[in-house]
Amino acid sequence: MSTTPSRRDYSLIGRDAKLAVETGLSAAEWYHTDIPRKQMKELMQRSDGPAIRDTIIWLAALILSGAGAAWFWGTWWCVPFFFVYGVLYGSSTDSRWHECGHGTAFRTQWMNDVIYQIACFMIMRNPVTWRWSHTRHHTDTIIVGRDPEISVMRPPDLVRVVLAFVGVLDAWHAMSDMLRNAAGNISAAEKTFIPEQEQPRAIRFARIWTAIYAATIALALYTGSFLPLMLVGLPRLYGAWHHVMVGLLQHGGLADNVTDHRLNSRTVYMNQISRFIYWNMNYHVEHHMFPMVPYHALPKLHELVKHDLPAPTPSILAGYREMIPAFLRQLRNEDYFLKRELPPTARPYREEFHNDAVAAAE
Amino acid sequence: MSDWVEACAAGDIDEEDVMRFDHGGRTFAIYRSPDDDYFATDGLCTHEKVHLADGLVMDDIIECPKHNGRFNYKTGDARGAPVCVNLRTYPVRVDAGKVLIQVG
Repeated sequence: MSTTPSRRDYSLIGRDAKLAVETGLSAAEWYHTDIPRKQMKELMQRSDGPAIRDTIIWLAALILSGAGAAWFWGTWWCVPFFFVYGVLYGSSTDSRWHECGHGTAFRTQWMNDVIYQIACFMIMRNPVTWRWSHTRHHTDTIIVGRDPEISVMRPPDLVRVVLAFVGVLDAWHAMSDMLRNAAGNISAAEKTFIPEQEQPRAIRFARIWTAIYAATIALALYTGSFLPLMLVGLPRLYGAWHHVMVGLLQHGGLADNVTDHRLNSRTVYMNQISRFIYWNMNYHVEHHMFPMVPYHALPKLHELVKHDLPAPTPSILAGYREMIPAFLRQLRNEDYFLKRELPPTARPYREEFHNDAVAAAE
Repeated sequence: MSDWVEACAAGDIDEEDVMRFDHGGRTFAIYRSPDDDYFATDGLCTHEKVHLADGLVMDDIIECPKHNGRFNYKTGDARGAPVCVNLRTYPVRVDAGKVLIQVG
């Protein structure tokens, strides 16, 4: 859908990457709402309880829906079971990867590590590569040329956005990267954020995964059934829609190249089921401002800081109602973005820093 | 070298917590463990120079507030990604209710 060449260079080894480092936009000091240390300590406290409870529910639902899908395989009755299984496999693992990667879901670190590995496999994200890419995402959130996790670049490629809902391109890239890494090749872009001593581990995981997928394909061929692939691998496609639906709202249509998460991230109120699947990452401004706060404490954090944040988007639908027109407008003017209005109780944006971007967006 | 400097009063830091201390153009983090012992390290994370005093102390661990990198604050050992470089530690003693660290 893009018709004009972008003025932004999203390559991690390109012009804008160098510029961001030279101008101090990379690794900058970001805005934080003031919270007394005592309250912050309480919010940061770790606990195994909530994540153990949620993980038992998640795994039980995953096993039951997978068993039901296999039991009814060959009849239409398998469809609702695959619907549930797919979302649990191909969407809820996005948030499990995320929270356990931060090490905040459980207090006990090995529990974070185990769920992280399982989730990484299901969501098809190399556990080493993606740990480091997400570290960069938090250092340089939506900084062009620095953030490797910008899901919608400008001008937006709307075909790519739509395909993301069925995971086609993600899975294709994940498989290509896995095979490339398994062959011992770390790309130039990956080398910009994965330290040299960690790169062999990325290769080792890619080889283990390649073996698992090869075994799954062999089983499918041996049994003459598609079922093994419907249970391992393909759910990343047919179950991806939920994590893409909520994930696009994190930063979609908002500012880039700013150092205030209130301008480039979006908090959205959601239903309880989506919040369970998403592990409360709908409180996304709060998460970026204070990544130490576990998912189960984000609603409390939200109550504490909302006086200093733009009004939350009231629903997923409302988020899309503002985001899609912004994407369409960015096709004509890629500098356009939705500037979040602050409440009167908030500390203002650093206008001297952000005014140029606002003027370009007009 | 005996560059002992007074950092704070012992009671200034809660148990299982950390406090920032700046001295001579340098920044340090002073810890009070759950066992009521005191420790000191460089104040900035070795990963991206973020103040550790804004982080979370859990048992022997200080977790960086920016990327959740973890160190053992008693030994300075880096405990996995994204921190790869150990933290420098400094001797600490408590004298007449004051926490002193040897900054040399």
